[in-house]
Amino acid sequence: MATEMDRVDVVTVGVGWTGGIVAAEAAKAGLQVVGLERGRERGTEDYQHIHDEYKYAIRYELMQDVSKETLTFRNSRDQRALPMRQLGSFLLGENLGGAGTHWNGQTWRFLPYDFEIRSMTEERYGSEKLRDDDGYRVQDWGITYDELEPYFDQFEKTAGISGEENPLSGPRSNPYPTPPMMKTRILEMFEEASSNLGYDPIMMPSANLSEQFENPDGQTIAACQYCGFCERFGCEYGAKSSPEVTVIPAARETGNFEVRTHSNVVEILTDEDDDSQVTGVRYVDTRTGEEFIQPADVVVLNSYVFNNYKLLRVSDIGQQYDPETEEGTLGRNYCYQIFGGATGYFDEQFNTFMGAGALGMAFDNYNGDNFDHSDLDFLHGGNMAITQTGNRPIATNTIRPDTPSWGSEFKKESIENYTRTLRVQGQGASLPHKDNYIDLDDEYTDAYGIPLVQLTYNFTDQDVSAQKYLAEKAAEVVEEMGANEVVVDAEISDYSIVPYQSTHNTGGTVMGDDPETSVTNNWLQHWDRDNLFVVGAGSFVHNSGYNPTATVGALAYRCAEGVIRFAEEGGRLEEE
Amino acid sequence: MAEKGPDEKQFSRRDFLKTTGVATGGIIGGSLLGGFVGFNMNGDSGGDTAQNDQESGGDIAQGQQDPGRVFFHNDAEFETISQAMERIFPEDDMGPGAITLGAPYFLDMQLAGQYGNNTREYMQGPFYAGETTQGYQARLRRAELFRLGIERLNAEANEQFDDDFSNLDGEDQDEILTRFQEGEADLGVPEDTAKPEDFFGLLRSATIEGVYADPLYRGNRGMEGWKMKNFPGHQYQYIDRIQSDSMVEIDPQPLFGGDHNGNGNG
Repeated sequence: MATEMDRVDVVTVGVGWTGGIVAAEAAKAGLQVVGLERGRERGTEDYQHIHDEYKYAIRYELMQDVSKETLTFRNSRDQRALPMRQLGSFLLGENLGGAGTHWNGQTWRFLPYDFEIRSMTEERYGSEKLRDDDGYRVQDWGITYDELEPYFDQFEKTAGISGEENPLSGPRSNPYPTPPMMKTRILEMFEEASSNLGYDPIMMPSANLSEQFENPDGQTIAACQYCGFCERFGCEYGAKSSPEVTVIPAARETGNFEVRTHSNVVEILTDEDDDSQVTGVRYVDTRTGEEFIQPADVVVLNSYVFNNYKLLRVSDIGQQYDPETEEGTLGRNYCYQIFGGATGYFDEQFNTFMGAGALGMAFDNYNGDNFDHSDLDFLHGGNMAITQTGNRPIATNTIRPDTPSWGSEFKKESIENYTRTLRVQGQGASLPHKDNYIDLDDEYTDAYGIPLVQLTYNFTDQDVSAQKYLAEKAAEVVEEMGANEVVVDAEISDYSIVPYQSTHNTGGTVMGDDPETSVTNNWLQHWDRDNLFVVGAGSFVHNSGYNPTATVGALAYRCAEGVIRFAEEGGRLEEE
Repeated sequence: MAEKGPDEKQFSRRDFLKTTGVATGGIIGGSLLGGFVGFNMNGDSGGDTAQNDQESGGDIAQGQQDPGRVFFHNDAEFETISQAMERIFPEDDMGPGAITLGAPYFLDMQLAGQYGNNTREYMQGPFYAGETTQGYQARLRRAELFRLGIERLNAEANEQFDDDFSNLDGEDQDEILTRFQEGEADLGVPEDTAKPEDFFGLLRSATIEGVYADPLYRGNRGMEGWKMKNFPGHQYQYIDRIQSDSMVEIDPQPLFGGDHNGNGNG
């Protein structure tokens, strides 16, 4: 029998960026909050021996233990879905702070176009351009950039983001809280080349702070030391904004927040007599195996895309999407991203081993609808960037396409190119297609006997075109930077779950203004259950040409406001 | 076809430690282990090289002393895999190869632990071969796959060239390895158990990891892998150098102090 805990005002499932934000805001507003985290406690003091590429970047020390829980994958419905037995294409988080611990810190706001992509495309090009008949399901988010702007601002202040005005992004109510990071020789070369070509390069907005900063919650984030160990690592200086150095301590300082680690939520509890509410959650202590029930007035799902989906599905809340009939909203609009870039080979050696996760320059001239798509066979585009994140020797073995992948020639090429190649890359948006979705697997289960999430995904024609386009544009920049030789990325074909691409999975629990096409309203409140909120990149209706964290953070602040308002007034938040 | 090699007997780490003297915590000198194992790390260049290295006493030569093994208790198996790794990352005019850098010892320790046992990976059945886009679907854990792979390297070598893998010259060894890489070699087991290209892929990545991982993991001896590549290892910060207009040469530093030069006596 499960042990029933004392009722609380709010329970957050997961304590990463979104759980931390909701907890901090709700606890500051005087609500009693419990955060259930399946992983362990951790913080800056745990990262003192972090400069270990093998342990952290190759063997994924900080990431999800997929022996306990993973997902199954197939490219299309006629394939048998098989488990992702080891991490690859994306790196799922676990433990306090979640994936917010091992992110790079590239902190972009999505474009105004992103939130109203259907309306704006119809208006500029006509509805043919949306290609509904080809299975694309482009839809507006039910919220505008202007409505979301204050929450972007709040997230950037909490994280102390270092950056400079981007002429091609949405309007800002305030400048970035801290100035941009240092410009290096590599970045200057990119800046000069892209300016020569008529683009608008800016310093990448960064959560690796250019200077020490005290945020509005009174938490101090240190200054980045450019050590080159960000992606896949925690920061030993507390200089990369993460939930553990910002919102989690802010929530704890209120005295209204308790984090319960080793607590894996397996079900959202409902009441047979009232289908408009949920009553709490059931969780398992991952060390003892004991079961607990945590009753709560408000339940907020703050885990990653796949797990937010899974909890709704296994708890039978909402209707599963069916790709045949296109009925049901749970699991639809799953999107990923594409990367089109080019590598330049130089005689000069660069300090490629130095850097920081968000040390880079970029331009948005080929992102969103910032360029004319009239004669193009894809919508949207991508942010074009050079980054100096700190290349490490196991993972960085750049060789020309005709070089063997092992032996003496490989050795020579990979060693020489380590400090002599630079890469410019477009991070491309991906739009929803009716055949790409999330479901539950009927064969494989997790450590708790619950079915694994099943992903059915492949790149679409639009993805292939956009990737090729971005790669060619990247090549022009690399050439202008003075490379002796430019190698353009090969065209993409079937999506593979094996090589790392990005942890920017989106959709499955999307927001919107219509219950027919979304899971939550624009307060992230579930359409069927008034006291259930679902927030994260799963809320994204499509994926943009940017890293998702700022938009996730903004939605979490929006959600937190909704939670507080609901706790005070109850009812449907969209009806006001 | 799926017969196991002569290493079937359960391996006891404690027994091994007792035998080799590693448990005493002392320096594992070339004389002790060299005498016991009769193993030379440079393959067909023979004991001469090992002896020369000891006499010259240089950094790398020091590193070539055998730090003891925890997984490969069969010398011939270790010899085979060492030579295969050397073909992946050979000694040449760029610098030392996988063997001199200690990559086989890196692999030895990894196979005995979490990596070899796929501890943090989903290993529940059922197993199906799957598409390439679905990734590793083998029933075998890495430790088992390496054992099988070594067995099959020799089987292929005998079939093609009438001799064990480690007795072949480099070109013939490359030909065998290519057959694994391209999925043509016979692994002697069904596809859902393991594919030859799975074994090759792991061999290749483990070699690169053993060459460039922190010397803490027993490869990258003397940080010579890093030195070749101009990677400075563990540095606290670059804030005062990151805006330099030219390449900055920095002496590499291992994660823990200066003693982890990989020769087992740090």
